Formats: sequence, structure tokens, C-alpha cells
Amino acid sequence: MAGAPAPLARRARWRGWVLDAVGGLVLLYLFLPIFVIVLYSFNRPAGKFNFVWKAFSLDAWRDPFKYQPLVDAMKLSLKVASISTAAATVFGSLIALALCRYKFRGSGPIGLLLVLPLTTPEVVLGSSLLSLFLDFNQRMGFTTIVIAHIMFSVSYVALTVRARIRGFDWTLEEAAMDLGATPWRVLRKVTLPLIAPGIVAAAMLSFALSLDDFIITLFNSGSEVTYPLYVYGARRAAFPPQINVLATTILVGSLLLLGLTVLWQQRRLKQALVGPGA
Amino acid sequence: MAGTAAGGTRRNPWAPYLLVLPGVLWLLLFFVVPIVTLAQTSIAGAGRAWWDGYARAFTDYGGFILRSFRFSLLATLVALLLAYPLAYVMAFRAGRFKHFLLGLVILPFFTTFLVRTFAWKTILNDGGPVVGFLIWLHLLPPDGRLLNTNWAVIGGLTYNFLPFMVLPIYVSLEKIDRRLVEAAQDLYSSPLRAFATVVLPLSLPGVFAGSLLTFIPASGDFINAELLGSPNQRMIGTVIQNQFLQVHDYPLAAALSFVLMTIITIAVIAYARVLGTEDLA
Repeated sequence: MAGAPAPLARRARWRGWVLDAVGGLVLLYLFLPIFVIVLYSFNRPAGKFNFVWKAFSLDAWRDPFKYQPLVDAMKLSLKVASISTAAATVFGSLIALALCRYKFRGSGPIGLLLVLPLTTPEVVLGSSLLSLFLDFNQRMGFTTIVIAHIMFSVSYVALTVRARIRGFDWTLEEAAMDLGATPWRVLRKVTLPLIAPGIVAAAMLSFALSLDDFIITLFNSGSEVTYPLYVYGARRAAFPPQINVLATTILVGSLLLLGLTVLWQQRRLKQALVGPGA
Repeated sequence: MAGTAAGGTRRNPWAPYLLVLPGVLWLLLFFVVPIVTLAQTSIAGAGRAWWDGYARAFTDYGGFILRSFRFSLLATLVALLLAYPLAYVMAFRAGRFKHFLLGLVILPFFTTFLVRTFAWKTILNDGGPVVGFLIWLHLLPPDGRLLNTNWAVIGGLTYNFLPFMVLPIYVSLEKIDRRLVEAAQDLYSSPLRAFATVVLPLSLPGVFAGSLLTFIPASGDFINAELLGSPNQRMIGTVIQNQFLQVHDYPLAAALSFVLMTIITIAVIAYARVLGTEDLA
């Protein structure tokens, strides 16, 4: 670069600024709706629909639980997300552990089985599960929603954990065993601490996906109403600013959680560098 | 790696199978088996030929299928054009702000997808600032609108899946050895030429993964078409949902699902051939 003539360097600098500006505009595009969501949580809409700005108000924030069906929907979503995340995190992490830790027959097809749900549109996933449940005369409801959510989360968890623990030094486990540790102790003291950050990240992803899922849930929910289903239905009856309040709360809550996780991992890293007992 | 793997196997040959058992069983039962029942449902029309659902899928709903793929293809293209510069800035120009920008890109995931799409409805609303600005620029006629147009739906699809395009491209750009670019420039290749011959080819796996992660969900999506479009923008997802949940014409609905899946699979394979990559991850 140093040898390039001055006009060329100036042109390169210009090109860089243009690139930065384009990148910034794309980020702005990503953010625009989020600004609107937060802003409209402070709106006092003229009618039942919070789509047009009327006046600033804290009403919705003062009374976020005004609409019982919305609260119930949120509770149901949190319940579904908790159960499906717990199950999918265990199932997915075990698969990831097996794929990274062992070489075995069938690991190739299992890798494919993990990717396929991600390359299948949600309408197909949802409708095929519905056709299964119809075949077996299974009533749609809480159980079928949880089954569906575990199904689509397992792949995400397994792939996330696998990406994080690929290339770990598994001889540490052997060393612990050679030093007389029982398999259970090895799992608790060596394996789990090694893979914990990956598992936490995967669990957070799984929770977020479950909380957000609309299409697959729509097919398998029966008369149950999750938070996204409530929001979708709200376009016909009423769209109160409380929906924005809840969305903003979820946003801030996940940001805090994310910050805490980063802090926790930095502390772990520091401890690991300083050594045990620090 | 091979040594430890062998060690693990020696200890207990069944260990990996026991570990994968619950998850794989779940995926077999609730992903693979349902696809089979979907296929069965699609050919099980009472008193009709087995291909009746498929025939109706193409004759009555071929237009919706075509429109879905047209919209999702355009959305993927626009997303690629927007995502590449952002991913490039993040990977090569952001310096220590790299991780901060990465956080910003995934931030939209923390608000509900549906609420975000409703926010677009607010932004694009008739009489809103965006429509007003475009009319002022004479880009829209005075009575013009954005809601209920193809562009609103394509814009919504682009928006919803943009992070899925940015992240894989960023990852593949991030992996590129900077010295390769410097070497090209030392050999008097212009910056553009260095980009075209070094950076772009090495980022193709990211482009491939990002395009799939945008195109596949976009083609089956119906939320954007329902919330930002009119019946003139209706996509195949709405039809499938409607036939399954309201009309209860299961053979037709299952046939439509199957056609959607098959076309996507063929498109993905063709695309993989063109880009010369089979690596999804």
C-alpha cells in the first residue's frame, strides 16, 4: 500500500468510507423496526390498534398486565420454552458430545439428520407433524407444541455445541481417569466445565427460538395460544401497546442475560489463566 | 484425535450410540416419520386417483408456488447485496468494534419476529413518513402506497432473514488469511482485482450457506405476505396453512407441502453444483 501513488491511496480511502457508510445503513435497516417497537410502547393509540402515533404516554408501562389473555399467552410461551429448552439442550448436547468425542459408524448420517430440519421450511415441518398427530388421533395442545419445539431445537443445540467443542483436548479426560477419577467424577470435574459455555449458548438460542416460533406452533397448537399466536390474532381484534411493552422487556431482559453470560465467561477464563484455587 | 477416539471406543463401544439415542430417536419420530406420513396423506384422497392432490396443487395453486419462489429469490438477492458489504466491514474494517457489531446484528433476534413485522406495517403505513418522503421525491405517485405491494412483502422477507445472510458471510470472510490479500496487492493487483480474485472466491461458502438460510425459510414464509401484503401477494405458505387448518383438505395440503419441499431440494442441489460447494456448515 505504501508504494501506491497518492491518487490511488485516496481512491482506496474513499472506497473504504463508502463501504462503512453502506454497512452503517444496513445496520440502520436492521434496527429501524426495533426503534419503532420501543417507541410505540410509549404511545397512546387513538383506537384499538397501536399502529399510528398519537401521543406520548406511560399508560402501557404502568399497567403491562392489563390484558389477561396476553399475560396467559406469555406464561404459556415461557412454560413451553423452559420445558423444550431443557429437553433439547440435553438431547442436542449429548449428540454433539458423541460426534466430537467418538468416531463411530453412523456419525455421517446423524450429521445429515441434524442439518435437514434446518433446510426444511417451517410450513413443511409444522404440517408434517400435524399429519402425524392426525394419523394417531392425538389431540393438539400443550403436549404437541412441546414435542414440536423440542424437535426443531435439537438440531440447533447439537450444531451450536458441536461448533464450540470441536477440537478440544479430550486427553484431559484420560489423564483424569489415569489419575483414578471415576467416570462420574470425570464428567463433573473435566468434561462438563469444558463444554459448559457452548451448552449455555445453545440453551439460550433454543429458548429464544421457542419463544419466537409462530409457523410450526400454529399447526400444532389446537386451541392453545402462545405469545406469537396471540400477537398474530391481535391484528384482527385489538393491538394494544402492552404487546410492545412485553417485546421491549424481552429485548432488555435478553441483553442483560447476554451481558451476564459474557461476564461469567470472562471470569471463568481469568480463573483458568490464573489457575485453580485462585 | 484418532488415538483418543480409539481409546474411547475401546472403553465402551456402545457409548456414542447411547449418547445420541434420545435426540436421534426424537428426530426420527417427529421429523422423519412425519415426512413419511405427509407423503402418505398427500396420496390418500378418498375415492380419487393418488395423484389428484398433486394435480390440483399445480393447476390451482401453481401461481402461488411461482410467486413464492419469485419473492424469496428476490429477497435472497437483495439480502445478499445488503449483507455482503456489512459483513465485509465487520470482518475487515471494524477492528476492535468487530464483536460489538456482531452483537448488533443478532440483536433483532431478541424481539419477537411477529412484533417486528408489525413494526414494518407501522413504518410503511399510508400517510407515514416513509411513504410521504417517497411521494415528495416523486418516486411514488401522490396516492401511492407501500403496504400491500410486492415490494413491501419482499422487503419484509429480506429484513427477517438478513442476519442469517450476514453471519455466515462474516464467518467465511473472517477466516480469510489477510496475508493472501496483501500478497495480491504486493503483486500490483488493484484493490478491486484483489477482492475479485482472492476475497470473493474464498467467501463463497458463506454466500452459499447464507443464501440457503434466507431462501428456504423465505419461500415457506407467509407472515410477511399476510401482514404486509394483500391477497395479491399471497404466498404458498398461506395456502398450505389454510388447507390444513381451515378447509381440512389434507391430501391437497400435504401435496402442496411436498411440492414445496421437493422444489427447494432440487434448487439447493443445483445451487450447490453451480457454486461447487457441498459444505453446509
